[in-house]
Amino acid sequence: MSILIDEKTPILVQGITGDKGSFHTKEMIDYGTNVVAGVTPGKGGKTHQGVPVFNTVREAVRETGAQASITFVAPAFCADAIMEAADSGVRLICSITDGIPAQDMMRVKRYFLRFPKDRRPMMVGPNCAGIISPGKAMLGIMPGHIYKQGVVGLISRSGTLGYEAASQLKALGIGISTSVGIGGDPINGSSFLDHLVLFDKDPETKAVLIIGEIGGPQEAEASAWIKENFSKPVIGFVAGLTAPKGRRMGHAGAIISASGDSAAEKTEIMKSYGLTVAPSPAEFGSTVAKVLQGA
Amino acid sequence: MDVHEYQAKEILASHGVDIPPGTVAFSPDQAVYAATELGGSHWVVKAQIHAGARGKAGGVKLCRTYHEVQQAARDLLGKRLVTGQTGPEGKPVQRVYVEVADPFERELYLGYVLDRKLERVRVIASKHGGMEIEEIAKNTPDELLQVIVEPAVGLQQFQARELAFQLGLNIKQVSRAVKTIMGAYRAFRDNDATMLEINPLVVTKDDKVLALDAKMSFDDNALFRRHNIVDMNDPSQSDPREAQALEHNLNYIGLEGEIGCIVNGAGLAMATMDMIKHAGGNPANFLDVGGGASPERVATAFRLVLSDRRVKVVLVNIFAGINRCDWVAQGVVDAVRAEKIEGVPLVVRLAGTNVEAGKKIIAESGIPIIQADTLAEAAEKAVAAYKGAK
Repeated sequence: MSILIDEKTPILVQGITGDKGSFHTKEMIDYGTNVVAGVTPGKGGKTHQGVPVFNTVREAVRETGAQASITFVAPAFCADAIMEAADSGVRLICSITDGIPAQDMMRVKRYFLRFPKDRRPMMVGPNCAGIISPGKAMLGIMPGHIYKQGVVGLISRSGTLGYEAASQLKALGIGISTSVGIGGDPINGSSFLDHLVLFDKDPETKAVLIIGEIGGPQEAEASAWIKENFSKPVIGFVAGLTAPKGRRMGHAGAIISASGDSAAEKTEIMKSYGLTVAPSPAEFGSTVAKVLQGA
Repeated sequence: MDVHEYQAKEILASHGVDIPPGTVAFSPDQAVYAATELGGSHWVVKAQIHAGARGKAGGVKLCRTYHEVQQAARDLLGKRLVTGQTGPEGKPVQRVYVEVADPFERELYLGYVLDRKLERVRVIASKHGGMEIEEIAKNTPDELLQVIVEPAVGLQQFQARELAFQLGLNIKQVSRAVKTIMGAYRAFRDNDATMLEINPLVVTKDDKVLALDAKMSFDDNALFRRHNIVDMNDPSQSDPREAQALEHNLNYIGLEGEIGCIVNGAGLAMATMDMIKHAGGNPANFLDVGGGASPERVATAFRLVLSDRRVKVVLVNIFAGINRCDWVAQGVVDAVRAEKIEGVPLVVRLAGTNVEAGKKIIAESGIPIIQADTLAEAAEKAVAAYKGAK
């Protein structure tokens, strides 16, 4: 098993006819992902990368039964695209788009609250690499070949640091059940916690690696929850030990502002809640291997 | 993006927040002219820089005569002002703000911030203005007043009124404070601000409520729709290397170490810096060339990193996803040749798609590049190269 997506999940691509949408749709299909529809307003009725294109998400869902979407929509229009997907009954929305205004994301999150909990969509991103269930399906922009299928759940805020971890694991023969990039923006669709809940219920996942960054409360929140509720071993890491205070490090989210936000503080919090912390970003693989041997 | 105090006040005033009369000046003569035009008998001349704590650093001067105004402007303009928030190099003062100084009775605090945990705007107020909010929170945490804004409907009058009464204002002052609190919220919302601070917000003898100092920061992601804010940008206030990086859409932050870093992805860039430290070295910079890492971007990155004279070694760490290592490798080789990089050891670590082809291009280029396979090896080799060069 895996979480969020597998080879059967019917997927639609918002912004399929753009350069990025077009390229990554092909990559996803080549990986074996079940891409059933694309949406670009004004391009409805055409076929792109062998996939039927619709003007609206509602139409695409009605005609193809798509359940998950991925957005390759420009930042100015992306919040609108996400709300359109949510309103059309899409249950999993993955937003790759980098540069969505924070106030737009605030509105998106507020909009989600109009759905009762059992029908509320799960959103991954924005500004993320997406989701991959190795050997099954890819809803993202990662290089699929660096992931081996296996038993470790991976949640990372950073895209390339997630790649680093996946390749270290593969080099040691360790595979991944599902890898989720939750993105580096100040307001995320979903947090570490949202995906830990899913990994907890997934029998295939034996351990989880969470890779955080400076800034924001969610690593601490997840660590506290793990101590009380999570039944599997968790390995943690927080990037940015050398980052100076009060500076923005690329990701809008990776900014150290208040106390409790620095990498050192978050690392201490993780340890205090019983997580195994990787001593350096070069030791994701070896730390996970040790934990799996002990489990 | 940050703006100057006078610009923040302009924005606030256009949303109905009352401010003392004031004018920006670029020269001592302009400052005097501003004072004569403004009228009154006392003025403050304030250095306009993108940092707080100016008062303690001598950046705010009270003047009683036109001569004093001129002298104050002369003292400030053209200097670098070092405050507790600027770092040791300070910020250049190229503009001063001349403001009528009238006496006031009380100093309050009013702030707005995008709360990441709640995913809402949080309004913070306190009876104890005029000092840093960190101090207020530490000294009188129980008296910190807070209101959370529901994004679907925005800040409501009753919330502003509650805050105003809790601040201990009389009824006449309350109606003016409500106008201020609501107006400042609109200024925050309608300009995609991420932070707005009015400290102090003062109450005068005749019951006026005025924003005496103001700070605003804006969401860089929203600048595409905020041309009025973009026009307020003052590049003199940023590190010149960072301003140059911004022009090329690179994320660069100058640090104090000797090992220059060129990495794709912010998370991997931070991890690379951490790894250098772990190996016993110090990173000279944070630099994220973005997921793509095209040859042009790599070349620009080299120029930028090498413009820092502290840099003794350059470490390139690229995890190629959608782009391919052979393409990135060619970009590195071309950049080294074009930029004539000599005397600076270069460590390159490539990983991901087509890694073998990429390594071959580097090995066969004839350029003395130190190659590494893993993140740990790259950091160790860079630190060793630095120690060898030293």
